Amino acid sequence: MKKVKVLILRTAGTNCDYETQMAFELCGAFAERVHIDILIEKKNKIFKYDILAFPGGFSYGDDIASGKILSNEIKNKLGDIVKKFAMSGRPIIGICNGFQVFVKMGLLPDPNVFEQVSSLYYNDSGRFECRWVYVKIEKKTRSIWVKNLPEIISLPVAHGEGKFIPKNKNLLKVLSKNNQIVLKYSSKDGNIPKYPLDPNGSSEQIAAISNPEGNILGLMPHPERYIFALQHPNREGFDSKYGWGKIIFQNAVDFVK
Amino acid sequence: MKDVNGCNIVDMLDLSDNQLVKLSKNNTFSLSLEEMKVIQRYFQGLKRNPTDIEIETIAQTWSEHCKHKTLTGIIRYTEFDDTKAQKVKTYKNLLKETIFKVTMELNKKWCWSVFEDNAGIIEFDSKNGVAFKVETHNHPSALDPYGGTSTGVGGAIRDILGVGLGAKPLANTNVFCFGNPNVELREIPKNIHHPKKVIKDAVAGVGDYGNKMGIPTVNGAVHFDNGYISNPLVYCGTFGIIPKNKIRKKVNVGDLILLVGGKTGRDGIHGATFSSLQLSYESDVNAVQMGNPIIEKKVLDAMLNARDLNLYRSVTDCGAGGLSSAIGELGRKTGAIVYLNKVPLKYSGLRPWEIWISEAQERMVFAVPPENKNKIIKVFKKEKVEAVFIGEFTKNKRLIIKYNNDVIANICMVFLHNEMPKSTKTAVYRIKKEKLQKSIKMSDDKISRTLKTLLSDLNICSREWIVRQYDHEVQGQTIVKPLQGNSIEISGPGDASIIFPYNIINGTKKGVVLSNGLNPQYGKINTYKMAASAIEEALRNAVAVGANIEKIALLDNFCWGNPNYPKILGGIVRAANACYDVAKAFETPFISGKDSLYNEYSIICKKYSIPSTILISAIGIIEDISKTITMPLKNKNNKLFLAGITRNELGGSVFAKIINISDGIVPSVYPMESKIIMKNIHMAIKKNLVESCHDCSEGGFAVAASEMAFASGKGIIINIDSIKTDMCPMTPIEILFSESNGRFIIEVKCENELKLREIFKNAVLTEVGYVSDDNNVIFESKMHKIRIKENTEDLLKAWRNTLNW
Repeated sequence: MKKVKVLILRTAGTNCDYETQMAFELCGAFAERVHIDILIEKKNKIFKYDILAFPGGFSYGDDIASGKILSNEIKNKLGDIVKKFAMSGRPIIGICNGFQVFVKMGLLPDPNVFEQVSSLYYNDSGRFECRWVYVKIEKKTRSIWVKNLPEIISLPVAHGEGKFIPKNKNLLKVLSKNNQIVLKYSSKDGNIPKYPLDPNGSSEQIAAISNPEGNILGLMPHPERYIFALQHPNREGFDSKYGWGKIIFQNAVDFVK
Repeated sequence: MKDVNGCNIVDMLDLSDNQLVKLSKNNTFSLSLEEMKVIQRYFQGLKRNPTDIEIETIAQTWSEHCKHKTLTGIIRYTEFDDTKAQKVKTYKNLLKETIFKVTMELNKKWCWSVFEDNAGIIEFDSKNGVAFKVETHNHPSALDPYGGTSTGVGGAIRDILGVGLGAKPLANTNVFCFGNPNVELREIPKNIHHPKKVIKDAVAGVGDYGNKMGIPTVNGAVHFDNGYISNPLVYCGTFGIIPKNKIRKKVNVGDLILLVGGKTGRDGIHGATFSSLQLSYESDVNAVQMGNPIIEKKVLDAMLNARDLNLYRSVTDCGAGGLSSAIGELGRKTGAIVYLNKVPLKYSGLRPWEIWISEAQERMVFAVPPENKNKIIKVFKKEKVEAVFIGEFTKNKRLIIKYNNDVIANICMVFLHNEMPKSTKTAVYRIKKEKLQKSIKMSDDKISRTLKTLLSDLNICSREWIVRQYDHEVQGQTIVKPLQGNSIEISGPGDASIIFPYNIINGTKKGVVLSNGLNPQYGKINTYKMAASAIEEALRNAVAVGANIEKIALLDNFCWGNPNYPKILGGIVRAANACYDVAKAFETPFISGKDSLYNEYSIICKKYSIPSTILISAIGIIEDISKTITMPLKNKNNKLFLAGITRNELGGSVFAKIINISDGIVPSVYPMESKIIMKNIHMAIKKNLVESCHDCSEGGFAVAASEMAFASGKGIIINIDSIKTDMCPMTPIEILFSESNGRFIIEVKCENELKLREIFKNAVLTEVGYVSDDNNVIFESKMHKIRIKENTEDLLKAWRNTLNW
């Protein structure tokens, strides 16, 4: 059987590329870290891959605003092929800075529209927050990335700009109607959390959204930091060795297979 | 030579002694009269005056920062004990006779590189080593806390990039000493930042740089004392992984000098020499560097590629002294010629000597074989990193600098590196007599309140406000974290952090443990005990999470006031001797270190010196990361044991400060007792007998036990009467809060008790209580009719609420 191929796009300031690569490889995929300049040079190279990943970090130092410069660079120089890749139904994931890039170029919530209609803004606390939180998987989500998970899992977050803000209230209704909300911050027992379990003050506690079709996932938490049980603060996993974060990557790899 | 292009001749051949001193002072050379005279003689021999760039080069190379000339100079030391007996000793080189000596005598095979490179290197596995370095960045952080700490982090990371042929950074550590953030503004001297501002900016600086580099900041310490108000201390450290075949560097004649990374500007001029001056309101903020983490991240990504393609033979970072130190050091045995015009500048208008000694950040210098010239440029270009050849290494053993085709410096490398005169300094230490305090008694209620006051004391309380602003989990490898709790909502202070480098070394089961030890309060009474306790604390912290004491190396960091005062230098000598004695007894070698002296601030002729401070950092290798543990309690009905003896040692303790007593004995270190306990704990963890473990440090047993409880939300019942003390009688209060070294609290399942006792048959291990099924923390003494009861939530709140802005 052929190996599932993952493209991990990196640029100056990307810094979660190695662990994202490891997460996919642990799930049996072949993952490659590719500098954006290489892809700009040979745009069609993208179609050799089955999955596209935008890892966390501080692309170009998050100057101007988080993910802003990279989102413009991608939209202007790679916009057509990224859109084509997205419309082909192949899985795409944007983690933390990757999610920030997605909403700022408008790949999320809808690549058909490809316009920025939401943002990820400074945390309510005004500080960078590195901590573990609970997230609830929305029952009606169509995301291919979050299958086989219990209702609530814990994941680490680490960001200064993670507060999801829609352009208007109607967008929240649309997201909800299209089942595009994937993860919400939660308390341990599934209730609406307060700070710090709600780490940033997102609208409706949104931690992750998808496109209507469910192949693109943007999320603030870092599933790639929870592929082993040992990485959990209390060393809990879905079995004695692996963490729940691994399932997220496994879902995409299995989807392609 | 002539005045050209902003390069001046320094007229010094005929200057008198007084004039030489003035020349040094006016130009921030920080050179002594003796040193100035040696320079004068050298140029008299050449029958010409030096250029400004030449004398600046010598000043950088001979700076305290680069040469550690106080601690490697001659010291005449006199010690008085309380009986007025006198001990006299002359040190020809204090570092060689204490810190280096331990390492040489222990001669551990797993120490691969010690005291010779930018960082020390120990064995990780047969193919890889771990490089570790901790630096101070005090003077810049006093003037500009944000700029100071961010470039401190950047500099520590570059030390790791510049060790051998470059290591990949895995984690950062940061240790601060600050003034009390709650002090009234009117108590702050003029022109000094308020401690709260210093703290906020310092933390932001570390967070911004470390987070953007994608290197987790996993461990640290903060100590508060008003002695640091005008001169805070900032220690920045980094460790990384380096392949064994990349740890040796060399420079061949004909190799090209490649300058990589940031452009050069006027920031950080005189950083190296200014660090040997006292601070005052006149200190020049231009001495502080400016950081840009994204440039450094690009340098990191690109240079590790170049390393793996074997494109260069040597590398070092541009730190203190800038190009002057970097090229001077690399070309030491060969010689070098530099074309200064080729150095990329941030803006025009820099004078040649400024270009040469600027400490502009994010720059590395490489020695590149000519045949790799084009290949290496391509590698850097791919990551959009500026890389420019600025000269080459020659065979004439001279440092020659050209600017606009004129030779503006031409000095002999041997003179530059070997002819600095040794300084001779006097040191005196009077050992203070420590007196046992009057026996301490309190009502139950008062003990309860005291416990909560201790938990919320600045030197014990939660550092969560700081820790969570640092990304301590990026790279996903932090498997023992700085804050530890049984669930996400609660936490307690972890003893040490462990990195599991699975991203870098495929299939490894090993880990790297990092910990620190620091307690300047002990140093106010006895610097020997301070250093001894710091070593033990660093070791205890590492052992508590599962480290093997037989595979731990140490780093020392001395921060003291002006060593020209014999009393201050005397404290350093005592501490250095403690380093030798204690590290030797524990068989833990030093692999690297640093000193920062002249930490004093002058306000209207009055000089304020910092409390004498030694930081000891420990790094160890964990054989199997699944055999590591954390400090929160795990399960009800498990038994609690205390390993080690509790002595009446409240001198310098947090408790003594809170109840305002000045007497008390400062904790001693008993390495022969502690070493056995540490070995036993490692054995017990390896055999899966330990559920949780926490060492006793600031605040003593009661604080450590409470922390284990509130980090788990589980209650404990402790029988104070069962705690083993030594001959000196102690009241229950003294037992609860004494800060004796050598003690660990261990949680054990009932069925493992006998196995644990078997391991501990050669050491003191006492059953002191158990984990209860509610959340009440109870300390009781039937003998003294004492019973204290608090719940974990209230204790956690007390611990969390102090530093919470």
